[in-house]
Amino acid sequence: MEENRILAEDKKEYTTLNLGPTHPATHGIFQNVLTMDGEIIVDSEQTVGYIHRAFEKIAEHRPYYQITPLTDRLNYCSSPINNMGWHMTVEKLLGVQTPKRVDYMRVIIMELARIADHLVCNSVIGVDTGALTGFTYVFQWREKIYDIYESICGARLTTNIGRIGGMERDFTPEVIASIRSFLKEFPAVFDEFCRLLERNRIFMDRIVGTGAISAERALNYGFTGPNLRAAGVDYDVRVMNPYSSYQDFDFIIPVGTNGDTYDRFMVRQEEIRQSLRIIEQALNNLPEGKFFADVPEFFLPPKEEVYNNMEALIWHFKIVMGETDVPVGEVYHSVEGGNGELGYYLISDGGRAPFRLHFRRPCFIYYQAFPEMIKGSTLSDAIVVMSSMNVIAGELDA
Amino acid sequence: MAQLSNGHLLNAIQDKFGNAILGAEEPNGLLTLNINPEKLLELVRFLYNHEEFRFQFLTDICGAHFPDQKGAELASIYHLHSLENNMRIRIKCFLSADHPFVDSLTPVFSAANWQERETFDFYGIIFNGHPNLKRILNVDEMDYHPLRKEYPLEDQTRTDKNDSYFGR
Amino acid sequence: MGKISKPMSSPIITQAPPGLQGEGFFATSLDKAVGLARANSIWPLPFATSCCGIEFMATMAANYDMARFGSERLSFSPRQADLLMVMGTIAKKMGPVVRQVYLQMAEPRWVIAVGACASSGGIFDTYSVLQGIDKVVPVDVYVPGCPPRPEQILDGITKIQELVKNESLRRRNSPEYQALMASYGIQ
Repeated sequence: MEENRILAEDKKEYTTLNLGPTHPATHGIFQNVLTMDGEIIVDSEQTVGYIHRAFEKIAEHRPYYQITPLTDRLNYCSSPINNMGWHMTVEKLLGVQTPKRVDYMRVIIMELARIADHLVCNSVIGVDTGALTGFTYVFQWREKIYDIYESICGARLTTNIGRIGGMERDFTPEVIASIRSFLKEFPAVFDEFCRLLERNRIFMDRIVGTGAISAERALNYGFTGPNLRAAGVDYDVRVMNPYSSYQDFDFIIPVGTNGDTYDRFMVRQEEIRQSLRIIEQALNNLPEGKFFADVPEFFLPPKEEVYNNMEALIWHFKIVMGETDVPVGEVYHSVEGGNGELGYYLISDGGRAPFRLHFRRPCFIYYQAFPEMIKGSTLSDAIVVMSSMNVIAGELDA
Repeated sequence: MAQLSNGHLLNAIQDKFGNAILGAEEPNGLLTLNINPEKLLELVRFLYNHEEFRFQFLTDICGAHFPDQKGAELASIYHLHSLENNMRIRIKCFLSADHPFVDSLTPVFSAANWQERETFDFYGIIFNGHPNLKRILNVDEMDYHPLRKEYPLEDQTRTDKNDSYFGR
Repeated sequence: MGKISKPMSSPIITQAPPGLQGEGFFATSLDKAVGLARANSIWPLPFATSCCGIEFMATMAANYDMARFGSERLSFSPRQADLLMVMGTIAKKMGPVVRQVYLQMAEPRWVIAVGACASSGGIFDTYSVLQGIDKVVPVDVYVPGCPPRPEQILDGITKIQELVKNESLRRRNSPEYQALMASYGIQ
């Protein structure tokens, strides 16, 4: 490393510390080679790609509906958002208009996913600063979100929820009831979590001012999501380019001022509260109607029709065998994922699989700023900064 | 502020760059320019510094491989976003596989660094002026660029797979 | 005094091995006693790379509470770990690291492959993914699922406990074990 040689000339003794790829303090597998002056980080070099799974290559070999399970495994903390982002991308390519009920159902599930995502991140910041209680406490409530997913789609983490054109089935009364009970009971729990950490003197001393980044640098580094908003830029895809009827809801985009770890933590905390508000509004105004759009070439017909109706049988066969052709086109669609702008850039040549599918993974883009953010801070701060950025290895390495 | 239109943007770019613009279309309302790779950095700087357009956010860089287009097999594709006008623009540079050179955007956007490394890793596009152009996701020893269409998806070292089960 | 056929009653949580019991003593073979102790105090090394790692977090947390099986003490240092839990996709770039971690673990050591990716590569049959960690290290228990539910992970742990309880203390000296290690090129 050229820089190190220059540094060595000033006759200071530097230590090289290897952090990762497997290390208790790094959540996910990244390697950081740190050059340390005592406990101060002088320089660092990142190596990523330890779980590169070639999503983009797989996507070129799969029919459209089989790409949804791949998106699950990008940011696995909030997989429903990824699933639906992909569905909306395909719908945009096909020019499908979804019914309002679909939009609202999607919003409910996506906001639940956002809560689940932010809970992991924030409770892990707690764990990294030595407060394990919050983690064990809110994880019980994360389980409730999993239970809701499970009653909607049958899976907990990698949900594969929804279909191109809508949802695979309607919300049952039990689902509605469990979301309602979550809305009723979770705020009290969450308030306790807030009281544990938000104004906790030790916690604040530990994270206020660490890993700060200015708005200009954050934008230049392509930050999106809570990390960008913590630096004071109110860019949120949900508001800027509303998808799935987000314009119908009244919610606030929290922004921070310093872009430090505490701001990132607080922005996520506030977003959880706002997500609860959105879910409540969506649930109260959930329109009646169909839970899927009229796209027989992508949306599986009900089983009884497949058995009794020739046309439905043909569609079923074509969908399952992945034999539906899609129009030629090029589309970029983005949603506000748990970590920021999750983009899908799709080039279709009219075939049955995408010609090229590129995921804009927010983690991958903003993790580049990590060396700049930890320069001059201590090792223990660097750990917390990393967990507050919520870097998810699966999304980073694709 | 009045909504910036694609037409207005395209006119301004054409005035400035003229025949460097090899093509322009609007799939799904997103202005897509095909430009001469040599002018890329200049165009991005122009869009970045322009007082009205202010495309100061690099959303995405990715590559693509079109094996059938002889002489322009590889593409380097950029999505820029003007947060103030809430407008996106897509810029494509087509490159020949024998001479896949394009200017790096790292002098303008720090975010370009890893994304260009990724594009290099996947497609072998060389970004001139990149500070540290080496593989990022794959192992350094890899001797090909896996997302090019001619390379298979599957792991070639796998021994437990009987092709007859898969109808091949 | 005689051979007891049924397990000792509470307060012992786990089943005691068969042995001789009388006033103030209980005798069994050393293997069994050590196996009992080991099985209920496994220190796992969580090698969590992706999605399964999040399910592992759920397994550790209050609802599923892995502490019930004596495995709440995570050992992030391979030196003190008994059980290597590989959770998530292992890319080819990561393969040598898994092997390195395994080599650093002291005998006796066990390996559990959690999830489809660690077991077989899962849905990622691609150029960059190792098709199962048993290509680089020997595996004792495979847990299927993508990702497995916490219950399944716990089931995998109990399967490991069974192994630990019933294995000979001299496992490492057995010809089968040495042949297995040799097949992976581990001395």
